[in-house]
Amino acid sequence: MPRNLLIAALLAGFACAAPAQEKVLRVVPHSNLNILDPVWTTAYMARNHGYMVYDTLFGTDEKNRIQPQMVEKWSESPDHRLWTFTLRSGLAFHDGAPVTGEDVVASLERWGKRDAMGQKLMTFVERMDSPSPGTFRIFLREACGFVLEALGKPSSNVPFIMPKRVAQTPADRQIDDATGSGPYVFAKDQFKPGDKAVYLKNQKYQPRKEPPSGTAGGKRVYVDRVEWNLALRDAQSQVNALARGEIDIIEQPAFESYEPLKADKNIQVVNSNPLGFQYMGRFNHLHPPFNNPKVRQAALAAFSQEPFLRAQIGVKDLYRSCASMFTCGTPYGSAKGSEVQSKSNVKKAQELLKASGYDGTPVVLMKPTDLAAIGKLPDVAAQLLRQAGFKVDLQAMDWNTLVGRRAKKDPPQQGGWNMFFTAWVAPDIWNPLTNPAVGALGEKSWFGWPSDPALEKLRDEFARATDDAKKKALAEQIQARAFEIATHAPLGEYVNPLAARRNITGFVTGPGNLYWNIKKN
Amino acid sequence: MLVFLLLRLTPGDPAAILAGDAATAEQIAAIRVSLGLDRPLAVQFAIWLGKLLSGDLGQSYYFRMNVTALIAQRLEPTFALTALTMLLSVVISIPVGVIAAWRHGGWFDRALMGFSVLGFSVPVFVLAYVLIWLVSLQLGWLPVQGYVRISENFALFLKHLILPAITLSVIYMALIARVTRASVLEALGEDYIRTARAKGLPELRVLVRHALANAAVPIVTVIGIGVALLIGGVVVTESVYAIPGLGRLTVDAVLARDFPTIQGLILFFSAVYVLVNLLVDLSYAFLDPRIRL
Repeated sequence: MPRNLLIAALLAGFACAAPAQEKVLRVVPHSNLNILDPVWTTAYMARNHGYMVYDTLFGTDEKNRIQPQMVEKWSESPDHRLWTFTLRSGLAFHDGAPVTGEDVVASLERWGKRDAMGQKLMTFVERMDSPSPGTFRIFLREACGFVLEALGKPSSNVPFIMPKRVAQTPADRQIDDATGSGPYVFAKDQFKPGDKAVYLKNQKYQPRKEPPSGTAGGKRVYVDRVEWNLALRDAQSQVNALARGEIDIIEQPAFESYEPLKADKNIQVVNSNPLGFQYMGRFNHLHPPFNNPKVRQAALAAFSQEPFLRAQIGVKDLYRSCASMFTCGTPYGSAKGSEVQSKSNVKKAQELLKASGYDGTPVVLMKPTDLAAIGKLPDVAAQLLRQAGFKVDLQAMDWNTLVGRRAKKDPPQQGGWNMFFTAWVAPDIWNPLTNPAVGALGEKSWFGWPSDPALEKLRDEFARATDDAKKKALAEQIQARAFEIATHAPLGEYVNPLAARRNITGFVTGPGNLYWNIKKN
Repeated sequence: MLVFLLLRLTPGDPAAILAGDAATAEQIAAIRVSLGLDRPLAVQFAIWLGKLLSGDLGQSYYFRMNVTALIAQRLEPTFALTALTMLLSVVISIPVGVIAAWRHGGWFDRALMGFSVLGFSVPVFVLAYVLIWLVSLQLGWLPVQGYVRISENFALFLKHLILPAITLSVIYMALIARVTRASVLEALGEDYIRTARAKGLPELRVLVRHALANAAVPIVTVIGIGVALLIGGVVVTESVYAIPGLGRLTVDAVLARDFPTIQGLILFFSAVYVLVNLLVDLSYAFLDPRIRL
């Protein structure tokens, strides 16, 4: 017995003497992190970095409702023109300085120069000020119905709050200082672009009391550090590393990896972004043949969604057809005006094309060869267009060549293009003001540059509407008009669940991958 | 200058890549201005050349770092991988080549020839996946991916590097072993070998001191040429094994149209290649006294 006691005492002594093991969450993010300014770029990696380091005034919960985050309370004048916000007490930046209304105003001003929704909001804003350190006000020239939606915007560009000295960086220049007030501190000295990004738990962060939900609620951190492995980008190597426990999470496994991942008893597949993504084919409205709305309608009629989804995703559980341009299952998601596509068939497409006066001009489709997530869409589009009677010139290139080329307004024969394909995360397109594809301001619009005063008038009315029912009705009208002029072709929705070791729990549902509330057991 | 012009003629716009998916044409144009890409090519070239002459390779568009610092940061993994690969290749393939030449026509020689064909034919990435499956996933001996700096933990450094080095060295071993075999075989037919054997020298001494020493020049030449082969192989190997070295950096820089980094890397690789060839040329005089510098 005394011997047992001695062993127990020794073990207890070792237990006390040994330092507590640091909990490190090792993550393979969906892409490389190179830009650390989530307001300067719309890249999702910069957005995800922003959610680690910065906090937001409002968040969007799992049910897509705007909820206060840094804001404690707020009020709105009866004429909807004066908004007064009070910040939570105890908010502090990583350098210890308190978060003030002046920091908020400077951050919103910079964001309002970069983000599309922010720019729209600023057209209504007369001025902003901070009457006391804990409050700020927004004065509007006229009422608009999206103040909170803009401030709680969950995806790029998110209005993250930065210290005033950082937020005063000109909007067209990247920031150099990653000081925020979010749940993690960016370890700048350990950042090796293309290799590793490290985030340390912000010990001073005071989470909200509510449970986490989307980008809202309490952001509690249960690990000491999160390491983003930026070097591990080979899909098969990611699966191998997860199987061996060298990493904890793969944010976006390749679709063909799900079968082996599910077969491994140590690995779980978690869908933390159930709204997922929407595929989109974008017409170039500047040049023939897609400068003719009737030709675009014919193409739309040819593009039933199922063939695209079946070819690109392949796994039935991961995709669904969706008639809405604003993401199915969200407040503005509806099938209004989608008949031309949702009831499409080749015969109808052929008839529409014949009636359009199409003269046989080849359609230049850009196909990215190095982006597996969308690489098959152009092939399907080419085949469907050919069946409808189009002449198709399918041009293969790497994604970054495509990205450069799609910004060119030249005719297709001179290095321009007629159509490209991409995917959007749901919050980027679920609102008529954030969805760049329904903007119709001509050459000031997103690539493809549609011009339609009627559509822009409806979007302006939407921005001014303060009543939810009216906003929904206007969103339906916007969608109907967008289908009528065929701004673009929605090609269905899909999810890309993350894969993680079974000892990882507490995933938060959101637009991207959020690393609070996660436990490593 | 050729590289500078070729890069600018290649399709793709670094500004559009940096701006993100939802950026407008105006935002992209603003980024082009901030990067100086709106200036005439001659002006861009003059600026780059001026900086280069003062030892500055410029600033990476994509990584927002000085290119020299970026290359320095990535040098260790690639250097370590290359050095270990060369060490493995030379230590294994030269004796194997000598034995194959000595036992010309025998089973060992035939096995080596078969291995050579296989080594040349199997793509590096296929070999990498097979080795990972066998050594890491089935046997659990070595990690699947990653790199640990030599200053952090030497044992882990080696553990992470062995598999990539084996993967990369197979093609290199095949090349050196074949050349060694051919050179030694030729030397073994010479009169001085017959004389050495007639004098009763031990066979090992004949092989090493007489045959191998006289066959060394082509072997050293092929080791030098192999460095170029290694640079290509490093790109694939570093991608599969997630090693943050110069190969991976090259891929990232090319995909991102990061002109200053690509130019810096090409200059660096060219300098390494020239240096290696110079060392090879210098070694000729050491290996063969008949050659004068």
